[in-house]
Amino acid sequence: MGDNMKGRTIYPGKTEGEALVSKTPIGFYGGIDASTGIVIEKGHELEGKSVTNKILVFPNGKGSTVGSYVIYGLKKNGVAPKAIINRETETIVATGVILAGIPCVDKINIDEIKNGDRLVVDAGKGVVEVK
Amino acid sequence: MFLTKEEEKIFNGEKGEVLERMFRLLVRLGDIYGANKMIPVGSVQVAGVSFKSIGTPGLEFLEDYAKKGAKIKVLTFLNPAGMDLENWKELGFPEDFAEKQIRVMNAFKEMGIVVTSTCTPYLAGNLPRFGEHIAWSESSAVSFSNSVIGARTNREGGPSALAAALCGLTPNYGLHIDENRKPNIVVNVDAELKYNADFGALGSFVGKIVKDKIPYFKGIKNTNTDQLKALGAAMAASGAVALYHAENLTPEAHLMDIKGLEKIEVGEKELKETYAQLNTGENPDIVILGCPHASLREISDLAEKIKGKKMKKPLWICTSRVMKECANRMGYTEIVEKAGGEIVADTCAVVSPIEKMGYNTTGVDSGKAANYLPGFCKQKVVFKNVDELIKVIE
Repeated sequence: MGDNMKGRTIYPGKTEGEALVSKTPIGFYGGIDASTGIVIEKGHELEGKSVTNKILVFPNGKGSTVGSYVIYGLKKNGVAPKAIINRETETIVATGVILAGIPCVDKINIDEIKNGDRLVVDAGKGVVEVK
Repeated sequence: MFLTKEEEKIFNGEKGEVLERMFRLLVRLGDIYGANKMIPVGSVQVAGVSFKSIGTPGLEFLEDYAKKGAKIKVLTFLNPAGMDLENWKELGFPEDFAEKQIRVMNAFKEMGIVVTSTCTPYLAGNLPRFGEHIAWSESSAVSFSNSVIGARTNREGGPSALAAALCGLTPNYGLHIDENRKPNIVVNVDAELKYNADFGALGSFVGKIVKDKIPYFKGIKNTNTDQLKALGAAMAASGAVALYHAENLTPEAHLMDIKGLEKIEVGEKELKETYAQLNTGENPDIVILGCPHASLREISDLAEKIKGKKMKKPLWICTSRVMKECANRMGYTEIVEKAGGEIVADTCAVVSPIEKMGYNTTGVDSGKAANYLPGFCKQKVVFKNVDELIKVIE
């Protein structure tokens, strides 16, 4: 297989792991618990799932700008995703991953990634590989 | 984006982790918005100060970065905090909230940021010059500095303003560039504007229509800076106006060509309708003035109006610590307090937890507060001019 996709570096870093995919945007403030990494937004397609050590894949962020600090909190509390892959990283997520130092790539066609896919990410090169 | 050799070093982490993260944030935001390079800023105002807005995640981030040795490079002030930093107990702010808010302030202070919390830094000792590049956050301060002073800033978020303060730089895009400061809609005003509330109603009406455009006002006469402050604040709240021009009033207006632009008309009828829309309650539990933070002139006017009267409901006028010190010295504070009011410093109606202090309906003379209080503080709003508000509670 080895399906390579090329996007844009938001924050560099190399990692690999299991994809957790959301087809809908994620609002981190009030959406994910910074102390546990569990998605808490009522009715969200990932509600109850943990983002910890996953490669979190979603189209874009939404909601309060305080979301940036929640991403930072996830990292600090050791429950952050290994990397974030977006269709379009807007400023809330961009700010959060950079403050926290979480590898992040955008401009990726996320429709080609399925839940549970094994991903290899080289965010500095903007490359996402589906194993 | 073009980076100098020195900037490349920061980007690659040669100047430490804090600067690397902060600078990468500026570069990435610059990329997203199409900046060609970095430009130095002369002044910063950081938002995201109230513990109510940033919560525990924000507090922990600020404490971490302060501990890692983050230090600012240019004069930096703060947006209002969630409480009066000296008088919070007397005013009824909750203790656990106060403890967290004080930790936020200490983290900022450790970075070298001036812990003067105000949405009117230009009245409190942080005054940029015409044409100066700055990085300010609070929407009414952004509007005032761009429009009335003619300084240049985009509307920064809390972290991006902090990054600008720590790096002394901001990406060159948006309102830093001449081309993007041109008006794209003309607003013809044909109405008598007397009170701050009238300017707030005008701003509220126009902001809703023009959204993030740059309006050019014609027909506004004899205004002072307090009224322009009220106008800009309301437009930034009901819309996302970060810059406006007003004929014969603001410094870049005469440079602008308005031929062929779309026009809207605002008269007494539109203002009256706006007053009606913004009024969602009656019989206020509290009246809060000073949104944006009151100038000394506004405080002295209020003192004059309520001298010797007795208010039946709490009356706050919010301002910066600097203005409050002047008010103390002039005896205005004593007059206001004798009438049952308070001059509240460092905070404001929008960012303080008034909904947790037993207030459900708030009286305001600010178009901005009238727009925000229902959502941010779950308040019903009585929006009137200052004389009518005093009449309601005296």
